[in-house]
Amino acid sequence: MSVLVYAEIAEGTLKNTSLEAIYYGSKVAEQTSQSLLVLAIGKAENTALEIAGNYGASKVLHANSSNLEVANIVAYSDVLTQAAEKFDSKIIITAKSSLADAVTARTAGALQAGVVGNVTELPDLSNGFTVTRSIFTGKAFAQTSINSDVKILGLKKNAISPEVSDVKATIESFNAEISEGAMNAKVVDTIKATGVVPLPEADLVVSGGRGLKGPEHWQPLLDLADALGASTACSKPVSDLDWRPHHEHVGQTGVKIAPNLYIACGISGAIQHLAGVNSSKVIVVINTDPEAPFFKAADYGIVGDAFEVLPKLTAAVKALN
Amino acid sequence: MKILVCISSVPDTTAKISFSDNNTSFNKEGVALIIGPYDDYALARAVELKEESGGTLTVLNVGTSETEPQIRKALAIGADDAIRVDAEPTDSFFVAEQIAHIAKEGNYDLIMMGRETTDYNSGVVHGIVGQILGIPSLSPVMELTIEGNTAKISREIEGGKEKLEASLPLVLGCQEPIAEWKIANMRGIMSARKKPLNVVPPVGEALTSVTNYSMPPEKGACKMIPAEEAEALIELLRKEAKVI
Ligand SMILES: Cc1cc2nc3c(=O)[nH]c(=O)nc-3n(C[C@H](O)[C@H](O)[C@H](O)COP(=O)(O)OP(=O)(O)OC[C@H]3O[C@@H](n4cnc5c(N)ncnc54)[C@H](O)[C@@H]3O)c2cc1C
Ligand SMILES: Nc1ncnc2c1ncn2[C@@H]1O[C@H](COP(=O)(O)O)[C@@H](O)[C@H]1O
Repeated sequence: MSVLVYAEIAEGTLKNTSLEAIYYGSKVAEQTSQSLLVLAIGKAENTALEIAGNYGASKVLHANSSNLEVANIVAYSDVLTQAAEKFDSKIIITAKSSLADAVTARTAGALQAGVVGNVTELPDLSNGFTVTRSIFTGKAFAQTSINSDVKILGLKKNAISPEVSDVKATIESFNAEISEGAMNAKVVDTIKATGVVPLPEADLVVSGGRGLKGPEHWQPLLDLADALGASTACSKPVSDLDWRPHHEHVGQTGVKIAPNLYIACGISGAIQHLAGVNSSKVIVVINTDPEAPFFKAADYGIVGDAFEVLPKLTAAVKALN
Repeated sequence: MKILVCISSVPDTTAKISFSDNNTSFNKEGVALIIGPYDDYALARAVELKEESGGTLTVLNVGTSETEPQIRKALAIGADDAIRVDAEPTDSFFVAEQIAHIAKEGNYDLIMMGRETTDYNSGVVHGIVGQILGIPSLSPVMELTIEGNTAKISREIEGGKEKLEASLPLVLGCQEPIAEWKIANMRGIMSARKKPLNVVPPVGEALTSVTNYSMPPEKGACKMIPAEEAEALIELLRKEAKVI
């Protein structure tokens, strides 16, 4: 028996959230006296996968055939399911993301597994197998018992702080049979911003709302993000108005993020917006209106004009470096 | 074309969350229920597809009788008929099993859902359904057009999007801007009352169950920094909050 972590590869390296999942997996393996296996799917060098060892994995299974280079939900799930079967894994762990959700969902279907996402703590084994998950976009938790033979957990970002060693994992290649249906959905084109940390992974995020008044006014915000090495986000009206690209839209109907720092400029803090960002560790709000609801959810607030405040912050960050 | 749209019934985002029975059940009193916002996008696009190319549109919900207003609303927006599987939808696998069961019997070309529910944000039901039916599942879908037996899709990926082509049948998890949310008009609301709503019993069993609920600790007060001294924030983020 083994605990199996599905780790995502993005641009040749293991995602940070996946490293958290590996560390979490190593703790679950300890709890249940099992070995830990990590499965990585897609193109990556061995040196990029060995780092899994720093987070507690001794072995990484690497599935890397030409038909796995582009993330394909059906094919990736075939690989995960077959790895779980081959290594008799009853606990499958992944870092929650839209790809991981889609892949583990199909594996849950194949293995009749109970699947629980947004897990925030190690399982409680005192009475069966119970996990705590965040529900209602961070407004509450539900302790949930999983009663099936195979159990699948989707870990929420920042739920666990890994202790890192300098152990390297060994890499073993893993081949799976891909079902015919997998290639039914053909990718014809991919448009991707490169060089920026995708929002769900980002530790630092600077975000703008309708208060910035137009796409031509984004530069001060981009400057601060640049100085901090932060990713940029926006409110829904901003992406609806095409001021910013859709994948930057955070909130109930957008991306859910959990950075260490979220700086909101000219965003009122509607409950639907908060639903996407209230898992942030520290929230800073910059708004001209002292009554803006966002201040109630913030750790630090500045009542002021974003166009005056942002350059000051950028200068202060630059002064640090 | 036969389309099945699966809708969840969820508390409105502005609803106050509380628990009763010693934190073992969700307090539904005074909580307004709505069609899941993502499911509403799926429904809106399905109505457009039906208007463009004909066919039938069935809406499906797994839920208790209290979800009937949301089902009637979907009928008013443009679905032809509805099915309700009479059960509490507490477990993703269980919900997917119900949907797959209905989908098998109905032989649908397109099974459209939201990318995720807004109460538990699982985002897995479409994948499980796709696997059980042995057909592809794609999510989150932002654009969808149908040409003959082929679906042309654009799907969000981290930091961008991907264009795909796939042949039907398919299971799709949808999100904006696939279509604009639709509002029912008076004629729709009147006709919805007469459209068929079949209530059927569930199959199979749930694999997970909630044993207890809890609330996060209260957020501390917000520390205000005068705009004239905005620079001071960076020092606080570094030394006090230790996030940069
Ligand atoms: C079902 C549903 C789902 C939704 N999902 C989302 C979602 O996912 N994400 C989302 O963001 N919204 C969502 N919304 C919309 C949400 O309710 C709000 O309308 C939206 O978040 C408001 O965006 P905003 O804060 O940018 O704009 P506004 O509410 O217009 O706020 C602008 C703010 O900028 C301030 N301001 C003005 N000038 C300046 C300046 N010079 N400097 C600093 N501050 C300034 C103003 O005081 C104001 O507080 C959803 C709504 C519904 C009904
Ligand atoms: N109780 C339900 N009845 C019908 N469809 C549902 C139900 N729950 C979830 N769905 C559908 O499955 C999608 C994904 O849900 P989830 O995996 O629970 O986040 C939702 O957006 C709905 O379209």
